[in-house]
Amino acid sequence: MTHQLRSTGVIALLTLREAARRKVVLALAALTVLLLGLAGWGFWRLGAELTSGEARVAASQVLNLVLFGLSLIAALGTAFLTGPTVAGETESGAALAVLARPVRRSAYLLGKWLGLAVFGGVYVVVAAFALCLVVLWAVGYWPPDPVAGLLLLAGQTVVLLTLALLLSTAVSPMASGVVAVGLFGATWISGVVGGVGSALGNEGVARVGEVSRVVLPTDGLWRGAMHAFQDPSALAAMGASAEAFPFLSVSSPTPLYLLWSAVWVAMVLWVATTAFARKDL
Amino acid sequence: MSAGEHRTPGTPTPASPAVWCSHLRKRFRRHQAVHDVSLQVGRGEVVGLLGPNGAGKTTVIKMLLGLVRPDEGEVLLLGRPVDDPAARAGVGYLPELFRYQPWLTAAEVVALHARLSGASVPAAEQRDRLALVGLGERGDDRVGGFSKGMQQRLGLAVALVARPALVVLDEPTSALDPVGRADVRDVVLGLREQGTAVLLNSHLIGEVERVCDRVVILDGGRVAAAGTLAELLGQRRLRLELTGVGAAAERRLAAAGPVEREGGTWTVVLPADDDGALVPALVRDLAALGVAVHAVEPVRVSLEERLLGILRHPGAQPQHEEAQR
Repeated sequence: MTHQLRSTGVIALLTLREAARRKVVLALAALTVLLLGLAGWGFWRLGAELTSGEARVAASQVLNLVLFGLSLIAALGTAFLTGPTVAGETESGAALAVLARPVRRSAYLLGKWLGLAVFGGVYVVVAAFALCLVVLWAVGYWPPDPVAGLLLLAGQTVVLLTLALLLSTAVSPMASGVVAVGLFGATWISGVVGGVGSALGNEGVARVGEVSRVVLPTDGLWRGAMHAFQDPSALAAMGASAEAFPFLSVSSPTPLYLLWSAVWVAMVLWVATTAFARKDL
Repeated sequence: MSAGEHRTPGTPTPASPAVWCSHLRKRFRRHQAVHDVSLQVGRGEVVGLLGPNGAGKTTVIKMLLGLVRPDEGEVLLLGRPVDDPAARAGVGYLPELFRYQPWLTAAEVVALHARLSGASVPAAEQRDRLALVGLGERGDDRVGGFSKGMQQRLGLAVALVARPALVVLDEPTSALDPVGRADVRDVVLGLREQGTAVLLNSHLIGEVERVCDRVVILDGGRVAAAGTLAELLGQRRLRLELTGVGAAAERRLAAAGPVEREGGTWTVVLPADDDGALVPALVRDLAALGVAVHAVEPVRVSLEERLLGILRHPGAQPQHEEAQR
């Protein structure tokens, strides 16, 4: 089995090297710097115009808004990297020579997943941490639980790329990216709709958010991350209507939900490797 | 996993063939690509796979390597079932669709495959492989900038890097110029000398004829014929230009084998078990019978003619034993 483990490592490193050499890193870095620059300017104006109490409340929400932008960049980046690296390689024939080696298909796919997870996770943690520093510099706000927030953001990225990986074993490179990002967006919208539902006390509408959070855990993890980044006073200021606001979260995820997210990733990975093992190349 | 693990009963022994497959079938949606293919490649043997487009050659090759799952049938690679990844440890493969990571350099691609094969191949040996296929100077260049021919050469280096016991080449010269084709031929002949088994799928019959010990002809997803070149090209013919052929001389010609006549040109089909004494004896006897012998030339049936004969007249060629086991 050691050769399969080593192969998984080799493929993971190869995937990281691909991300670096395909200039995805460069594109992501440019987008991130742009976002950080704009955010820094915005936060600086916020700090200049508002009193310090108001600025903290506003900064919480705007921080979450900008983080959403970051997580969207991470989602787009990893989803569109996953397509070419799995579906693209099987389509072009590049996977033929690799899979004719004594490498199990599951080892190959897990290697791809590991490489992408490290890439996406590290990106989102580094970029979000940089954003927190920018906010600290501009308005003097530091989130209550940055470590949990960063880990939840990384978790959200991993969940999405796992979905993209599953899709890429079945459909074309471009389609897998589009569908993954589409589902990510749909879950987010369902989450917002659910939040409005619970603010209005409408259980039926609230359930839309709950169900979508279980089906695709990106939104649940994202809400947990928001909760870790926002100032508790922001919730108090918004009162009961906070739930309806898309860039505030009223609770952090339960351990059960985190466990479910991990189980979800494992299940989807298992389905992806099973589907890929049966595929005729 | 090392070569010693995963021993399944009855395998592998040095005597087991490099490739053994039995009654492979594969259906893609409504198209039955492979009906019933059994073949084998002995250790150190060079076997050519021939057949028209759509005969199922590439599908058979992919089933042999575990890249396509057969609906039915069994495959042993170097004595191990193909489901066991270790079966592929001693195999080098150049796919028909050769693409290598464009963001890597040629040397990195070769190093990657050496690592994935599990064999420890020193860097100098990896460079030698690149040099062997004519890419010695291009090792540090990105594959993305390579022409198709250079990528195919790289694919050959990749197939050879892990000191394979079996090399599977699927259309290895499709993108190569005549010089490249000659290089590939030399590489295959070199492999044969080293005792490496080769399964070669090629449209270039001349190439197959020059390097292969045995040929398997596929048609419509079935083995249409298989055998050594001598077996397939077994019938030898002799063309004679004669004048002054009397009745006795005609009887003498007919005694040698079935005769065809076109003016002064006589063609005799020689028996396959000729030990080389037949032609001199025939010429001596004809001269003794007063026949003027102007020219005697052996007519070589080319593999191409034989192939066309088999494909155009199915059923005329019985399958050889080896292919059916």
